[in-house]
Amino acid sequence: MWEYSDKVIDHFLHPRNVGELEGADGEAMVGNIACGDALKLTFKLDDQGRIQEARFKTFGCASAIASASAMTEMIKGLTIEEAAKITDQDIADYLGGLPKEKIHCSVMGREALEKAIAHYKGEVVPGVEGKVICECFGVTEPEIERAVRDHNLKSVEEVTNYTKAGGGCGGCADAIQEIIDRVQAAAPGAPRRPPLTNLQKIRLIEDTIQREIRPALQQDGGDLELIDVVGDRVMVATRGACASCAAAQLTLKDFVEAKLKELVAPELRVEEVAP
Amino acid sequence: MTVIYLDNNATTQVDAAVLEAMLPYYHELYGNPSSMHTFGGQVGRRLREAREQVAALLGAAPDEIIFTSCGSESDNTAIRSALATFPGRRHIVTSRVEHPAINALVAHLAKEGYRITELPVDSQGRLNLDQYDQALTPDTAIASLMWANNETGVIFPVEQAAALARNKGILFHTDAVQAVGKIPIDLRQNSIDMLSLSGHKLHAAKGVGVLYVRKGTKFAPLLIGGHQEKGRRGGTENVPSIIGLGVACQLAAQRMDEENTRVKALRDKLENALLAGIPKSRVNGDRVQRLPNTSNISFESIEGEAILLLINELGICASSGSACTSGSLQPSHVLRAMGVPFTMAHGSIRFSLSVFNTEREIDYVVEKFPLVIEKLRALSPYWGVGEAVCATMEG
Repeated sequence: MWEYSDKVIDHFLHPRNVGELEGADGEAMVGNIACGDALKLTFKLDDQGRIQEARFKTFGCASAIASASAMTEMIKGLTIEEAAKITDQDIADYLGGLPKEKIHCSVMGREALEKAIAHYKGEVVPGVEGKVICECFGVTEPEIERAVRDHNLKSVEEVTNYTKAGGGCGGCADAIQEIIDRVQAAAPGAPRRPPLTNLQKIRLIEDTIQREIRPALQQDGGDLELIDVVGDRVMVATRGACASCAAAQLTLKDFVEAKLKELVAPELRVEEVAP
Repeated sequence: MTVIYLDNNATTQVDAAVLEAMLPYYHELYGNPSSMHTFGGQVGRRLREAREQVAALLGAAPDEIIFTSCGSESDNTAIRSALATFPGRRHIVTSRVEHPAINALVAHLAKEGYRITELPVDSQGRLNLDQYDQALTPDTAIASLMWANNETGVIFPVEQAAALARNKGILFHTDAVQAVGKIPIDLRQNSIDMLSLSGHKLHAAKGVGVLYVRKGTKFAPLLIGGHQEKGRRGGTENVPSIIGLGVACQLAAQRMDEENTRVKALRDKLENALLAGIPKSRVNGDRVQRLPNTSNISFESIEGEAILLLINELGICASSGSACTSGSLQPSHVLRAMGVPFTMAHGSIRFSLSVFNTEREIDYVVEKFPLVIEKLRALSPYWGVGEAVCATMEG
């Protein structure tokens, strides 16, 4: 049995805003019956251009119904511009989280919202049309690219959880992996190729410590200073609360080194030196 | 809340008499049946009795009964044994609607280089015996067909299938996990070589199963270890569960009539009432050649997990062939193999009864269930739009 949050169960058992609005300003239908879930969204604006009413109908499981119900609650009272900023993560967060296999339910909510807004504006949703990668669920290349980029997805399984792509016959797994590799290689922070020069490496280490590491340590009253870089050894000195903290070694390995490995180069090692 | 348990193909309640028989062997009579002392030896005698009780239900000889840990172990042992004892043969015949214990195993064996024939079924879940017969070749090591389907209850003609395999000198195995205790089985009357059963499907405990191996059948064990089960399955016996299984088999024989009269009548009452009371609903699978306790019904335009969670609020337990319940994204492989339309496949519910169900319970379900369907259909964008989407799935 799925471990649904109380909020998911609440929105499933008592869905808000069920139905269809006559003469809606925006409307959209996403998903289809073959895929196992579908969502029809309609909304109306008030005089100020805010969403006055929203209604939905969903064919799908408990979390699909709950995601749609939550989304309609979230957009009421928002302007089109504000509503357009709602992400699938926002919908999942509003519900107190979703099981990872069910993330695609919140994605369906966001897709319906996007499409309904595009309908209102008389536009076509950008970045959806394209080569179909997953035949079973009709998922296109731009849709997969976007999910990988927006959520920093690293595996085919994660892509399936978000988009359903690859969840049927599995024949497109290689194609999905290629998209992941391509998008991840282009993403900021991805391992640079060709290898960094020493100067680039030191700059990137400095930059990462400045932007990613120090702000996090400073939240706990700690701090860190880069002393030197020798080959792959990164010499640092702890400051503030870190200098007297018993867990500082752990922080250096689990956080500082991990961050540097992730964002600069996987072969880096962090060593503490006397200040 | 009172629970109305209509999910007996998933697991069953351990019968009170079974539990009572098991309990002493956890604490007071904890001896090892292999020991030389009387303290252990008395347990060995009780195991022998359990073996006889299981054999009696199947029309088998006690020597032909091997205790295992579950139905899946029995299935794995049977297939692996056939491959090991006929090393020159590289082909397996089975069906597309088998339990994962066979289905996933043969998929694995395909990667090891074995050739697999998975026979299709028709829209009623029935097998074509001519097609089956043609699939049996001199290279076939074993044919394995389930006796009754866990999702639809549809019964395969395994006795005829076993005879056809015997004619060609091919071993025949059946996964009878859902059939044992629900329909009469007499292994003296047919040529089935191996049969799997699972304790927890017939009111015994989880963690005990049986592989029947007909006398004279070449056999290679899966678990190598001690001399238990005459060297055919190493590992100290799950004594309490085996003793409980013996009692459960005895009870199953006594209740066989009730299962096929009272339980069947309850199942039919439930099924007919739901079909009559809920438009656009239909039974999946052959309603004639079917287990007496199982009913698989599809409700158009809605999704099974949502149905299950709503009836859960009413204390009703059942299961579904929908995609969402399994964690996979596609509906059940059984319904797909039968070509059940998409509009129906996602909204399938399996009710499976036992002798413990009462008429009152069924009346309650008949009263409440249609309201759940109505509630979900009111939410569905596909309900009442006139033209139904009638795409048929390919398996």
